[in-house]
Amino acid sequence: MSDEQRFLDRLAERNAQRGNEPSWIAARRQAGAARFEALGFPHRRVEDWKYTNVRDIARTDFTLAGDAEFSPATAAALTLPVDAHRLTFVDGVFAPALSALGDLPAGVQVLPLSQALEDNHEAVGGPLGRLTGVDFSAFAALNTAFMEEGAVVRLAPRTLVEKPIVLQFLSRDGETPVMSHPRILIEAGSGSEATVIEHHVGEVEADNFTNLVEEIILDRGAILTHYKLQEAPLKDRHIASIHVEQARDSRYQSFNLNLGGGLVRNDLVTELNGEGAEAVFNGLFYGQGRQHIDNHTWANHNAPRTFSHENYKGILDDRAHGVFNGKVVVRRDSQQIEADQSNANLLLSDRAEIDTKPELEIYADDVKCAHGATTGQLDENAVFALRTRGIDEQTARGLLTLAFAGEVMDRVKLDAVSARVELTVAGKLPERFNLAGLVETASALNEES
Amino acid sequence: MLEVKDLHVTVEGSEILKGLSLTIQPGEVHALMGPNGAGKSTLSAVIAGKDGYEVTSGSITFDGQDVLEMEIEERAQAGLLLGFQYPVEIPGVKNIYLLKAALNAQRAARGEEEIAAPDFMKLVKEKVSFMKMDTSFLQRAVNEGFSGGEKKRNEILQMLVLQPKLAMLDEIDSGLDIDAMRVVADGVNSLRGDDKGILLVTHYQRLLDYIVPDRVHVLVDGRIAKSGDAELARELESRGYDWVVEDSAA
Repeated sequence: MSDEQRFLDRLAERNAQRGNEPSWIAARRQAGAARFEALGFPHRRVEDWKYTNVRDIARTDFTLAGDAEFSPATAAALTLPVDAHRLTFVDGVFAPALSALGDLPAGVQVLPLSQALEDNHEAVGGPLGRLTGVDFSAFAALNTAFMEEGAVVRLAPRTLVEKPIVLQFLSRDGETPVMSHPRILIEAGSGSEATVIEHHVGEVEADNFTNLVEEIILDRGAILTHYKLQEAPLKDRHIASIHVEQARDSRYQSFNLNLGGGLVRNDLVTELNGEGAEAVFNGLFYGQGRQHIDNHTWANHNAPRTFSHENYKGILDDRAHGVFNGKVVVRRDSQQIEADQSNANLLLSDRAEIDTKPELEIYADDVKCAHGATTGQLDENAVFALRTRGIDEQTARGLLTLAFAGEVMDRVKLDAVSARVELTVAGKLPERFNLAGLVETASALNEES
Repeated sequence: MLEVKDLHVTVEGSEILKGLSLTIQPGEVHALMGPNGAGKSTLSAVIAGKDGYEVTSGSITFDGQDVLEMEIEERAQAGLLLGFQYPVEIPGVKNIYLLKAALNAQRAARGEEEIAAPDFMKLVKEKVSFMKMDTSFLQRAVNEGFSGGEKKRNEILQMLVLQPKLAMLDEIDSGLDIDAMRVVADGVNSLRGDDKGILLVTHYQRLLDYIVPDRVHVLVDGRIAKSGDAELARELESRGYDWVVEDSAA
């Protein structure tokens, strides 16, 4: 039996348990399964998958989780300490007991996909799958075949959500490996604004597979800040296909922070469809042990006067392997666009590896584009300089490693997120977060004297 | 407090220090002078623990401890601090953070508690204005984009906050205009104290008009060829180094 057939058999089992579904869902399921079967798991002869081997996913017999039971104490320890509207999923299954939406502003909906389908499946059916079709990849097709849970976020025009919306995905250390195929759909109405934190985390020994598809639709002038904090357990596999569609004057800011996961692949695509639309891709990947982290990004400038800025930082230790492939595509009539792209990598070990490829495809003539990639090591003179001030070597190296990620991390406005990154990347450092306000205090003292 | 005995050091196979001996007592300021290539910077680099210097024989003790057996950070925590000739730029690490982390590391090594934030800022603010620096420096990354003079002031600022028992200042005067020289010299002079020592490594006598040393040593070809008081520095200024070199060869 082929690997693909094993997944299709699991699908058939699951389908047999399902009740009646709206016909459009059943049809998409079928289309997804057919496309997955036709494409098969990607192999490394395919350019987009040249450096990432998914055989471990293909060969593992994953089942689907049947419940969302999770130790509340463990969940509490894993949850980001932020005051937020929170939905939690355990191995892809919605966990009401671990969710707390609180009071959402009028015009704002945050709900599990299952609930959204039950409330009004037609409202979901329109946008769902429009950006990420089954042709995007075998994984997107597989997700479509299995889709049943996830999150739907809808912002009515001109609504502002002050607290972040947290979508938490917990991976459980179960008896056998499980897979989940969550869908996230975010529709931000014109002039609305929100911050979404997608947080992937789990029990240390978990050994699962998350195959995520996200579609984000920003209407005129909508502003979305999207943190993807990926702290999955080190044996977990994580594949994410994220598509963003941006209307005129919208702004999408992504923080793609990858700290965990054994095998990780993110595809992040934005379609800049309206003048004045801007996308900011901030990325950080930190790999240790034998982690493999692959980020593919696309900024498609489909309209004139659109803007994209990308800055990805990679830090690789031990035998970790990082992949960065960033593509900027400027359509023929997309004049006066600005795009810049940079990927800098820090190798902390001789055996760590990075494959980086920034690409520009420009079919317009009046454009401002820049790209570059660098790879280096820690500055030993700086390590020495810090140590001569009494700072121990481990802290000095941690500080400098974190400093390398600085430009990306300085933009993170949520201390709870920064603190998680800092702890993973640099270990325990002397109270970096206690500096806020110190200098202002000093300046005030100066003015008094 | 510092005792260097018959120190031999090789760098990439060639011997730079060839039996250097030097004793600094608490309260003393020593100036180590000499022509270029005599090994002046090597001594402070070895004491601070820089890589690439091999001590083939001799010893360095500080307050009775064997310096060569100590980690780099332990030397600093014990109060031995090096001021760099070329201060290193450390992108992404703010000055304020470096000062706080360094001061607390020193306190922790002495078994003291971390300094309270208001006390720390009061201390830093006082030292910053003493060095005629703007508080905005504190928010900037260590030495990144600093002018030569700003870097040197920043080295002294670190010394003023950390209050070393023995400050070793390597060519702290290079690249300074006369105003900056005064500020730096005032900073160094404020580090003087009955229980403190200072080792100035310098090529020119000029600095010693502002920081008057108790002892002056001339390093020639890896050894101290001549020692004296501040008068020796002035003699070197008028006569140059050649006569010492010739005397020592004779």
